[in-house]
Amino acid sequence: MMFLLSFWTQDYLVLDKTFTLNNYIEAFTQPVYQLLFSRSLYISLTVTFFTVLLAYPMAYFISFYGGNRKALWLFLITIPFWTSYLLRMFLWKVILGYNGVLNSFLLWLEMISEPLTFILYNSNAVIIALTHGWAPFAILPIFVSLEKIDRSLLEASRDLGDGPIKQFFRVILPLSMPGVVGAALIIFIPTVGDYITPKLVGGTDGLMIANMIQVQFSKANNAPLAAALSVSSLVIVAFISIVFVLINKKYLRRY
Amino acid sequence: MGKLVQVKNAFKSFGDVNAVNGVSLDIEEGQFYSLLGPSGCGKTTLLRLIAGFEKPTSGQVFIDNTSMEGIEPNLRPTNMVFQNYAIFPHLNVEENVAYGLRNKRENRTKQNKLVDEALELVGLSGLNKRSANALSGGQKQRVALARALILKPKVLLLDEPLSALDKKLREQMQSELRHLQRAVGITFILVTHDQYEALTMSDRVAVMFDGKVAQEASPRDLYELPTSQKVASFIGEMTFIEGEIIGENQKLKIQSEIFGQITIDKSRVFGQSSKRIVLGIRPEKIAIVPRTSRSKNLVSGKIIDVSYFGETTNYKVACGATETLTISSQNSVGQLSYSVGEEIQLKADLDNIIAFST
Repeated sequence: MMFLLSFWTQDYLVLDKTFTLNNYIEAFTQPVYQLLFSRSLYISLTVTFFTVLLAYPMAYFISFYGGNRKALWLFLITIPFWTSYLLRMFLWKVILGYNGVLNSFLLWLEMISEPLTFILYNSNAVIIALTHGWAPFAILPIFVSLEKIDRSLLEASRDLGDGPIKQFFRVILPLSMPGVVGAALIIFIPTVGDYITPKLVGGTDGLMIANMIQVQFSKANNAPLAAALSVSSLVIVAFISIVFVLINKKYLRRY
Repeated sequence: MGKLVQVKNAFKSFGDVNAVNGVSLDIEEGQFYSLLGPSGCGKTTLLRLIAGFEKPTSGQVFIDNTSMEGIEPNLRPTNMVFQNYAIFPHLNVEENVAYGLRNKRENRTKQNKLVDEALELVGLSGLNKRSANALSGGQKQRVALARALILKPKVLLLDEPLSALDKKLREQMQSELRHLQRAVGITFILVTHDQYEALTMSDRVAVMFDGKVAQEASPRDLYELPTSQKVASFIGEMTFIEGEIIGENQKLKIQSEIFGQITIDKSRVFGQSSKRIVLGIRPEKIAIVPRTSRSKNLVSGKIIDVSYFGETTNYKVACGATETLTISSQNSVGQLSYSVGEEIQLKADLDNIIAFST
């Protein structure tokens, strides 16, 4: 339905069903859409990067130092999910805002003389909020892949002369790559199309493609263009995901 | 030859369990040394203390007269072959074997040559590029060996390396390991629960029970002169017969139901002297003799059980009112076989009897 819609034209309330590629041409040539696409990808890839970077040490800690409290640690990680996603994103407004918690705190510490403005209503805010929101999802696949590593391999690498750092880069990281790639996919795919977070904390500089799609569907009354944008982002996400999967396969083939 | 590995009064406890409970060992350079014992006796823990994967609760480990206290496994002159081989699944055969070498500063060409040599040593020439997952159990074993030996450790530690292999391959690997050890001259310390493996491969064996060394001896002494009933029944089979000391001079005079009055040299009596004594004899030291033969020390009895092993047959023979003898008879040419219920006459080799006072 959406696919078909993207080849039609809408004139106020009338749908012109003649086949046209104009929507796609517009989607890929108009600077505003190009900007939104690239910003979405930028935000999403940055979020993916930081999420994995943050999640890895947590997963590592739980897996290697969790002892018999691993279940408890994993349980604690789910606590943020006890409140709704919307609420958590909204709270970032409170934290990052002009008179927000962070600014008040820094002002009180006299580390800054006036409130920071680069942290709310732009893409940085979106990145921070999304990274926080999605980190737990990245922890699990990484945790599982770390758990699967046979501990005797770690002893073997020590036995063969590796110190802790070499051991990490020669054994632990390569063997947990499937989990890392899995986590990256899990974060990347949904965050590209995220709509609520940029709407709440993104201001105008932080808007993403999903926001534009929503505008086109409702206010701008141009469902075919919205459909074309949706299909386009679908294709882009699919393409990047396939690249991820291929990387994953390269690592998985060895096992 | 100097003492290469010394364990001095080592203790290791996990919570309430004393896995290693006061062990002292001296292992000479170039020896094939085995730690033998039932599972849970602490032999693997002891090996891991030597490797550095566990820290002793008290006591010390010396390698080459250097205390290993506070020295991490990667800095010890030991390498280990793990029970499950611990082959890196993300690396191929060559990368696995070269793993430890890559930490050294020699150039690649030389390293690659060493890898080829090591693979040849363990009989895996030409498999350099094979993926670790495409290897059979025996091949993984060889990769693990090559990977450890290539670093020329002072001591090679082997943690039940053969237990995952089938019987034929295990026997083949046993003799290969023995040859390999002689060829490279490195001290091997083998942990095993398989008594025959320990006996056939080692120069010396330490038998462990409950975290302690029960006896440390050459394989022959261990079998022929076990110093306790526990060791005697763990290594091979032994029949125990109640006896009573009735006289004592240079030799001990012992009365028992089956053998009547016999004398045993004091060098073959173990344990504290007391009235109650247990005689032990190995099944193959008793022969079946024709019922017509007449000589001293003959015992007659009735077969109550027959176990056929191919090259040998074991008979359980009820002799007298309470005692049962187990005898092992070679199924060689001309040897008669017997069945349950038959009366047979036995002749025990009294020189091979040992006594444990309890």
